[in-house]
Amino acid sequence: MSTEILLALILSGTIGAIAGYLGSLMLSKRMALMGGALGHLTLPGVSLALLYDFDVSVGATLFLALGVLIIWLLEQKTRLHLEALTAVVFSASLATAFLFLPQEEIDIALLGDVSQLTPVTVLVTVLISIALFFTVKNIYSSMVLASISSDLAQTSGVNLKLNNALYLLCIAVTVALGVRIVGGLMTAALLAIPACTAKNISSNLLQYTVISTIAGSLACVLGVIAYAILNIPAGPLIIIASALLFLASIFKQQKV
Amino acid sequence: MTHKNSVLTVSNLQIAYEGDPIISDLSFTVKKRDILIILGPNGAGKTTLLRALQDLLPYQGSVSWNAQKISYLPPQEFLQRQNLPPLNIEEFYAFKTSDSNVIKSMIADVGLDESLLSHQFNELSTGQFQRMLIGWALLDNPDVLILDEPTSGIDIGGEETIYSLLHKFWQNQKLTILLVTHDLNIVWEYATQVICLNKQQICMGKPDEVLTPEQLQTLYGTGIKFYKHQHR
Repeated sequence: MSTEILLALILSGTIGAIAGYLGSLMLSKRMALMGGALGHLTLPGVSLALLYDFDVSVGATLFLALGVLIIWLLEQKTRLHLEALTAVVFSASLATAFLFLPQEEIDIALLGDVSQLTPVTVLVTVLISIALFFTVKNIYSSMVLASISSDLAQTSGVNLKLNNALYLLCIAVTVALGVRIVGGLMTAALLAIPACTAKNISSNLLQYTVISTIAGSLACVLGVIAYAILNIPAGPLIIIASALLFLASIFKQQKV
Repeated sequence: MTHKNSVLTVSNLQIAYEGDPIISDLSFTVKKRDILIILGPNGAGKTTLLRALQDLLPYQGSVSWNAQKISYLPPQEFLQRQNLPPLNIEEFYAFKTSDSNVIKSMIADVGLDESLLSHQFNELSTGQFQRMLIGWALLDNPDVLILDEPTSGIDIGGEETIYSLLHKFWQNQKLTILLVTHDLNIVWEYATQVICLNKQQICMGKPDEVLTPEQLQTLYGTGIKFYKHQHR
């Protein structure tokens, strides 16, 4: 196995695992489509990174922060729902990205690219993913309680605003990492499909989170292996692998 | 000013939503070991009052608690039972304690079979779900238990089970209970104090003393016939 593929496997497996873990909460909060919208917000940043040859995750993070800030400002100025504003801003982001994205880089921006990874990039990604895991683990039960009832959570001492802000930040960072492997169009799938797979075959919360994490990681590993064999972009292969795991889970579905 | 024996003192409470008053100038005191029932028609501000008492809503006036731990159960229709992660009852209880013996003991105390611990929310009947919630609320030994229409959607037999259960915990755990209900029978049977609320205080005191047909007429705006039960 080449070093390039080994690095791609470690990076993708790690991002898949953390996306699966965070996605398990996103599904319960019915925020699954938010990941897609955030993915689109990253595209102008990814385009700039490709144009000026710097790290795509850095570009993605900067534009994600800018996009979230714009959405927040619009929310203060209008009476529109968050989902509506997100749709406006992510469509504008997509259009902006296509304005200055070089033709030959479009595939990379939209579908991701796991070639030419450096050990430093992989190490930084793994460390960020570990930090994300412990941050979300710390608020996980509070977030589940809040999805049952925000009143129940608040009267049990949960700081909802802080937890929601932390969770959104973690999702944004995960999306910025995920853009590298699946591109700007498919980050929602990276977050949502493993959780759907896990929900089909879990009978308790522990199983659900573990299976979602493993399904996320496994799909990425399978996608990268397929990329190594077929030499076509890993992004679509990862999402197809994830969808196949989901299909398999339907046959083993719990009765609930 | 908070009295030594009082668990809650509310003074000049006013709650408004977008400028429209919901509750005006409400003052009352709840003593330790009271069962205070808040009675009133739909839209009287009962749920709003319970939420304001726990800082879940902005208000004017003063709310002063003299309690270590307060547990609150919102109305069942405010709780999400579908589209949740596959959380089972044991895991839900584990949000409050990791001691499985305490969990098993509590599930037995609320009259549920231990086998239900592996069930998910949507596998319980409405009555089982409410009893499970009461057990959850009591897991960390609160001084005060606040319940908003705990028997909404439950049949008469189930209602009696829930209130008997609450009465048992009230006796055994030295609880103070604040409760919203529409059921006058429950007021006569269990309340030590009652507040009649319709955006403002219509009456407050012991049910025997304040729940006259005239007061109920004022509260509900229609004649209400009732039959008094003997207190247990």
